[in-house]
Amino acid sequence: MLNRLTISQLTAKLATGEASSAEATRACLDRIAQVDSRIRAFLSIDESNACREAVHADELLRAGQTHADFPLLGVPLTVKDVIAVAGQSLTCGSKMLENYRSPYDATVIEKLRDAGAVILGRANMDEFAMGSSTENSAFGPSFNPWDVSRTPGGSSGGSAAAVAADCCAAALGSDTGGSIRQPASFVGCVGFKPSYGRVSRRGLVAFASSLDQIGPLTKDVRDAALLMNAICGWDPRDSTSIQMPIPDFGAALSGDVKGVRLGIPKEYAIGGLDPEVDAAVKRALKHLEQLGAHIIEISLPHTEFAIAAYYIIANAEASANLARFDGMRYGLRIDGSDPAEMYCKTRGAGFGAEVKRRIILGTYVLSSGYYDAYYLRAQKVRTLIRQDFLKAFEEVDAIVTPTSPGPAFKIGEKTSDPLQMYLSDIFTISCNLAGICGVSVPCGFTADPKLPIGLQLLGKSLGEETLLRVAHAYEQTTLWHRERPNL
Amino acid sequence: MKSAGLDIKYVAHLARIELTPEEESLLGLQLADILAYVEKLKEAEIRGVEPTAHPFPMVNVTRPDEVARSLTSEEALANAPAQANGLFRVPKIVE
Repeated sequence: MLNRLTISQLTAKLATGEASSAEATRACLDRIAQVDSRIRAFLSIDESNACREAVHADELLRAGQTHADFPLLGVPLTVKDVIAVAGQSLTCGSKMLENYRSPYDATVIEKLRDAGAVILGRANMDEFAMGSSTENSAFGPSFNPWDVSRTPGGSSGGSAAAVAADCCAAALGSDTGGSIRQPASFVGCVGFKPSYGRVSRRGLVAFASSLDQIGPLTKDVRDAALLMNAICGWDPRDSTSIQMPIPDFGAALSGDVKGVRLGIPKEYAIGGLDPEVDAAVKRALKHLEQLGAHIIEISLPHTEFAIAAYYIIANAEASANLARFDGMRYGLRIDGSDPAEMYCKTRGAGFGAEVKRRIILGTYVLSSGYYDAYYLRAQKVRTLIRQDFLKAFEEVDAIVTPTSPGPAFKIGEKTSDPLQMYLSDIFTISCNLAGICGVSVPCGFTADPKLPIGLQLLGKSLGEETLLRVAHAYEQTTLWHRERPNL
Repeated sequence: MKSAGLDIKYVAHLARIELTPEEESLLGLQLADILAYVEKLKEAEIRGVEPTAHPFPMVNVTRPDEVARSLTSEEALANAPAQANGLFRVPKIVE
């Protein structure tokens, strides 16, 4: 059962020769063959490439290379289909890019390769990362391993389902408004969104450039730290990446949270919060208090404006970013008598409903006469939201909330009402507007049906170590993360 | 369809997206809903507040102007819907 292991458990076995990367990779591929028809986590699997990379890793291990120099040597990983891997597909869950193949590796993929990782396949997602359920994938939704009538969340739902179903050791996703953390909470794994600028976005297909960030989905907090070590860092080819030293995130996992100040935002006590989620988060807070943390009520007064500001800013940026899909240089083309007709036909046929909705909204809020009323106003509200967090972090070291107001919802439950879908992002989107970091860790289950519940910790910009320390201390004294779905 | 100031036909054209009549009416209704919701922003007190375009304040990021490997023209053309003579083929622009 090598596919069930965490990265740190697997590398320990690879180091002693007790297992090989070829065996681990085979175990993952077998697991995918066994369960993926039910969870649809993958859009593509490059089996021969994965096996070749695994054999190469085994050769390096036999030649004496160690995980000290190559921390992910031989570890099979899944990559969300929005991150470029040379020679592989990069559909972004869209018909627009159905036949596209990446000519280069994203910077994070170069880093994974440098660390020795094996890339198994590409995970399903909402089209261009726009959605909270993977139901916006042009290739059909993914399903939650705990209950296949429910969504695994989104937009990194395929990555999350693959990790929870033990199809890989860990996965990469991307998070623009909660797209790593919310699916992690829906499937019961760990999902980490780094501070804006920590991870290079080069090779990440852009949705909203001032909000997007790549991050790990893993089976435990230690693995999140390991992957963060591998993917973070300044990249001269991404001018928004931050030139700051990268700490050893693993060293932050001391297990000690004595005296750590945890803030509970009073504005997050909203109507519509599922009572079992509320109870699980309250129990987690009690638990953290018993471990020595101090719980402090704080205020984030502009929380009520976050969703509105987010959907204006994210969609404005999306309308500009997705202008590149014009049928000229790559992707789908539907011919027209002139370029304008070609653009309109290509984009009408290539984009799904949610992407059209968002591009049109984004175009509208940037259009002449509406820019000040919508876009500029939203950017000012963004300042207020950011200041709320800066002020809160003068009083506390981390902020604790539910990751999502409810557990995984049913496939189809929210598709007819996009606004209701947006409102379910209430606890995760402020983090992206403020550029801070956040993590979701498992903190319980609903009773019937049994569905995972996620606890979210938010930390200040570049404050990843504190989050990892608190999340790890909580995880190491609870058993939620060990539970597996019966698939 | 006109709703809350958003002329769906006009904005879809600005965005260069062809919509079917069904899409026009459904998207028009949904966008009216969303725009009604974002009206909420008018309640925020923003006098004297500077806009935030970027969460990590950085300005004028430059790098040395050095020649580095980039895509070859074959690589750049590999995903082209139509190409000829090492160029992208597109519909006629100038009569």
